[in-house]
Amino acid sequence: MSALARPGTDLRVALFATCFNDTMWPDTLKATVRLLERLGCTVEFPQAQTCCGQMLTNTGYGAKALPLVRRFVDVFEGYDAVVAPSGSCVGSVRHQHRGIVELAGDDRLASRVEHTVPKVLELSELLVDVLGVTDVGAWFPHRVTYHPTCHSLRMLRVGDRPLQLLRAVRGIDLVELPGATECCGFGGTFAMKNADVSVAMGSDKARAVVGTGAEVLVAGDNSCLAHIGGILGRQRAGVRHLHLAEVLASTEEDPA
Amino acid sequence: MTTTTPGPVQQTSLVFVGMPKFPTAAREALANTQQRRNLRHATHTIRDKRARVVAEVPEWEALRVAGAEAKDEALAHLGDYLEQLEASLTANGATVHWARDAAEANAIVLGIVRDQQVDEVVKVKSMATQEIELNEALEAAGVNAWETDLAELIVQLGHDRPSHILVPAIHRNRSEVRDIFRREMAAVGRPAPEDLTDEPARLAEAARLHLREKFLRAKVAVSGANFAVAETGTLVVVESEGNGRMCLTLPETLVTVVGIEKVLPRWDDLAPMLQLLPRSSTGERMNPYTTMWSGAHDGDGPQDVHVVLLDNGRSHVLADRVGRQALRCIRCSACLNVCPVYERTGGHAYGSVYPGPIGAVLNPQLRGTTSEVDKSLPYASSLCGACFDACPVRIDIPELLVELRGRVVEQEGRTAESAAMAAAAWVLSDPKRLAAAQRAATTAGRVIGGRTVRAVPGLGAWTDARDVPTPPTETFRQWWARERGQGSR
Repeated sequence: MSALARPGTDLRVALFATCFNDTMWPDTLKATVRLLERLGCTVEFPQAQTCCGQMLTNTGYGAKALPLVRRFVDVFEGYDAVVAPSGSCVGSVRHQHRGIVELAGDDRLASRVEHTVPKVLELSELLVDVLGVTDVGAWFPHRVTYHPTCHSLRMLRVGDRPLQLLRAVRGIDLVELPGATECCGFGGTFAMKNADVSVAMGSDKARAVVGTGAEVLVAGDNSCLAHIGGILGRQRAGVRHLHLAEVLASTEEDPA
Repeated sequence: MTTTTPGPVQQTSLVFVGMPKFPTAAREALANTQQRRNLRHATHTIRDKRARVVAEVPEWEALRVAGAEAKDEALAHLGDYLEQLEASLTANGATVHWARDAAEANAIVLGIVRDQQVDEVVKVKSMATQEIELNEALEAAGVNAWETDLAELIVQLGHDRPSHILVPAIHRNRSEVRDIFRREMAAVGRPAPEDLTDEPARLAEAARLHLREKFLRAKVAVSGANFAVAETGTLVVVESEGNGRMCLTLPETLVTVVGIEKVLPRWDDLAPMLQLLPRSSTGERMNPYTTMWSGAHDGDGPQDVHVVLLDNGRSHVLADRVGRQALRCIRCSACLNVCPVYERTGGHAYGSVYPGPIGAVLNPQLRGTTSEVDKSLPYASSLCGACFDACPVRIDIPELLVELRGRVVEQEGRTAESAAMAAAAWVLSDPKRLAAAQRAATTAGRVIGGRTVRAVPGLGAWTDARDVPTPPTETFRQWWARERGQGSR
């Protein structure tokens, strides 16, 4: 990418931080801001935002998620584009918010949800589909393998967009992860309620990661990375994990 | 809708009563190394085969839609189509029986067997008869029921339970099969050859010789059906081995137990179904044997043809707006083969003849959520979505699992979890409360510094095998306020 290519100029983007990333992984969000601003976007962080409600919904407490959905719409409906560095949270917004509101029988809110949720995009969708870039000017001279998270793959259908972005990173040695499309076993509260199965799935994923010889495992969801990375860490496997946004934000001047 | 009142759920069966909750049963299954290896090999083999043959069909998605629509049409007017099926079958010379539950169905079958004055029946592989535990009921009445499907034979001879819908002995490898044949065949018929090896051809030959004498002797056969066409009164059995064909054609009396959701309105509805089923189940373009029969015909096949239409909780499921899509299931087991949970635990942990993702949504609906295992099944999934992608009739299993989780939560009332979730909802519904809660995390982050966390009291389920991510010293929200001020809303 030439230094002048700023395809995001004139685009105002609201950052949906997601409660998990906001609390636990601020570096991913700072990287997202850095990356989008480098591409010319104006990034805003509406501070009234909180959470998409996925943990409540997927554990069986969908009714309790209704105030969160209402808040989400209040905060984000005025934007043309909303982005989150999380396939899972965006998946919940696009695929579950309608159902939660429908069940509550709030027709007015339902039409606002209908209007808002299609504008909420996962990072790779915004970059490839809206900004039309695959080379974001990143530099990351490491051996990397990429795990496509289930909700980005099967709810959002991001396809190979993240890989297109990674392939264009300068210096990267990108190696294919065997069995990439298989779930890592995180699954939200599944990781606690069915810890043994979750760990069995994660161990197989970790073994596949180690087998690639990669030094960095990359994915678009920090929750899945915390699970696989937690197993790799326990094994002292010598593989670190990093969110896709941080790899794409990395440059020679400011490496990740 | 022709059904107005939901029927009752199934009675808890004797075989599965007292099953532990899924996580407990799964822990044991995970430790069975031979089974883990067998399952991994078998599920990946079928999974890959299925992916290859599905990819060859450009109109696969249209076929899925057609399959789902045919099933939805049948279910939307189920009462009408069942009456039409009964009329067509009766006109074709079959006798139709209605069974509200397992006990009624078993009594009907036993009555027919007794009328024929026999003490044995041969059986075609059938999920409906597994569900009602017909073999156990017949055995209790002194009637031997011989399973003739190769895998069912392995399960029966091994005094085992099926662990997969299509491949009930998937948890066994060939050397285990050899041992079972050598140990068990002699007690119930022609013994296995002394020099039996674990070569697949030798094992198949041993089974063939063992079964042949039963096929030639039997006066009564019992089957299920993959489809029942209301328009023509035609029953359809789709199989691979030809053993089903033997049972369906040789004996004088044929009894078919059919779940009421198996009905299809029209003959033409078979067109999508017979393309969807073999590719989804065995990964074949077409299965080797498809047997169709419409009642009894002079001088051709069984002359005494009975059909038992089985409810056993199905009308209860049908009454549910969201849940009824599970009744589209054609028992192909594609969802089992792609499921990362099933692949590791196998089928026994699900405490039912219907394991895997479809079992996790079907059992809690058919049986209710009163038992430990049925309560836990909606949570036996990481919601990865592979099952929905593989389902040939587009059952949105992840959506259903979430729906059923909601019902379990509602039923359980106040628990420690519900209190925690209510607290989380309260915190998450307001940015000020969230920021306050986050301060606990950043305080912890400052105390921990850069160190790795390997144990947290109360978080053992996570930390037993996984490190814990270290909280940061500053949340993004704080960083933004510090760096960018309050400028943005």
